[in-house]
Amino acid sequence: MKKFNAFKRYFGLLFLILAPLVIYELVAGAVANIDSAGKKDINNPVIWIIIITIFTPIAAGLVIFGWYAFRGEYDHLPWKSKELDN
Amino acid sequence: MNETKTGGWAIRKIIAASSVGTMIEWYDFYIFGMLAKTISTQFFPEGNPTAALLSTLAVFAAGFIVRPFGALVFGRIGDLVGRKYTFLLTLVIMGVSTFLIGCVPNYKSIGIAAPILVLILRLLQGLALGGEYGGAATYVAEHAPIGKRGFYTSWIQTTATLGLFIALGVIMLVKLNMPDAQFSAEWGGWRYPFWISILLVGISIYIRLKMKESPLYAELKAAGKTSVNPITESFRHKANFKMVLLALFGAVMGQGVIWYTGQFYAQNFLETKCNIEFEQSRTIMLWAIAFATPFFIFWGWLSDKIGRKWIMMAGLLGGIIFYRPIFGIFLTDTNVKEWVIDESKIASLNVVKIINSDTLVNGDTVVLHKKKRWEYSGNHFSEEKYDTLTTTGGRTKYPPLNALGQDKPSALRPDIKPVFSGLSINSASYWKFIFLVFVMILFVTMAYGPVAAFLVELFPTKIRYTSMSLPYHIGNGIFGGLVPFIGLLLTTTYPVDPLVGLWYPIGVAALCFVIGSLYLRNKIDRNIYD
Repeated sequence: MKKFNAFKRYFGLLFLILAPLVIYELVAGAVANIDSAGKKDINNPVIWIIIITIFTPIAAGLVIFGWYAFRGEYDHLPWKSKELDN
Repeated sequence: MNETKTGGWAIRKIIAASSVGTMIEWYDFYIFGMLAKTISTQFFPEGNPTAALLSTLAVFAAGFIVRPFGALVFGRIGDLVGRKYTFLLTLVIMGVSTFLIGCVPNYKSIGIAAPILVLILRLLQGLALGGEYGGAATYVAEHAPIGKRGFYTSWIQTTATLGLFIALGVIMLVKLNMPDAQFSAEWGGWRYPFWISILLVGISIYIRLKMKESPLYAELKAAGKTSVNPITESFRHKANFKMVLLALFGAVMGQGVIWYTGQFYAQNFLETKCNIEFEQSRTIMLWAIAFATPFFIFWGWLSDKIGRKWIMMAGLLGGIIFYRPIFGIFLTDTNVKEWVIDESKIASLNVVKIINSDTLVNGDTVVLHKKKRWEYSGNHFSEEKYDTLTTTGGRTKYPPLNALGQDKPSALRPDIKPVFSGLSINSASYWKFIFLVFVMILFVTMAYGPVAAFLVELFPTKIRYTSMSLPYHIGNGIFGGLVPFIGLLLTTTYPVDPLVGLWYPIGVAALCFVIGSLYLRNKIDRNIYD
């Protein structure tokens, strides 16, 4: 169990790296595809603004998740709701 | 708190009342998307930048921003005021907005007011949907006896797919019973699905009004133990926020892409990439949904016996492994371009139209249009060739019309590429495709069937509505809703691989599978009465 928990903790690092990478890819995708002459959805700046705006807090959530995982916060999940009050 | 003692008939009525209302909300939300092309013509005319911006907001903001926002707004009300009145309110908002969309005069009649009104009503739809699911799932789960929570809440899980089924069916019935022009007219058939909604919602409101508050919530309220600020408790309280993140990244994120790919993406792929004709592509989906829907109940029931986690993970794994092979078969079996290479193997059925059109656009353009209907091994398809001539400024590959010695040219240039459409596949392929779509929806039923019980068990009663609604709508609305957009982005970036768009749902499902497998627990929380 200890080995498995250690494995889970190190996996948290992956999510810490992955989240900023996703945002970078989205911004790069926006820069490459926004085109005032284009007619596809991916050429539309408004859509990119909506998606990047909504995905940034989600990616931040993934960073926090990765950090919690790395810190061992998910080694034990609560069995009762009372544990959530602690 | 004590276990709820809701009897057999009573729980059936609760499930029916909750499920019917939720199903109608999904129906209302889907018909807008399915009629997007007609709605766009009526309300968001091309060439008007303001209308184009409003159209973009109507499509993207409703799903991506307003749904999660609705989850927060109505989740909070549900945890403060009660489940019953909150999901009654979402039903009223959804029903009225849907009906009113069907009543808005088009752009030609009232100008820019038309798209503005439609946008507002669409945003209200998104808001209502954001609040509905969490309420219905919580309400049923809080009535369910120990050991049957997965089974009872799985009825709520059927509603999204059944809502899609009814939306597909109603639109198909209306469309097949009138000419295209009548369907697309200002007050034409496309409005009927919106008007029908008010009848369905009226019945559902009547049923829901007769329901009582969730016994767990009522008990909590009577004891004065409800949350004072559910949003703060859900997302600022570290112990609970950890569980919100786990629910999102370990379960609903993957479930969202599996749901969307197996149903919407599949339907769109059959219509636009495989060029299967309207009626056949719709009936493939309808049959597959009809065969697969009972499995929501089966997996929900099984999750009460063996736990929720591995059933959900198996659904994700199914998508990860089989999406590319399944969509590959769709492409191979409808590869018209391959069939027409050897013309001796295809039979010309009848030449439906050969038109030397004298359509004049801007006074100087002649459009040639030739259409043929072909047959290959029982598959029928149309081949169309268009050639547009511009006779001014020497911008045509044709010699000037008068140099041809005739008023209008009758032959197409040899380098004109044909456009294939209206593919009607043979019976064997038809049933094979139904089976393949069924398999994909089976993955949906595995990933989605037990998820309501799983989410309910993750959070305490006092903040359950808020805590489970937000991750659900981020997973479903945002991760799922982005499948076509990211698919288009990938297809444009890497045009060589026609299936490259599938890497987005596969990647998200794979990440979710890893997180879920490592961090989720398979234990069934028997006691949700705290």
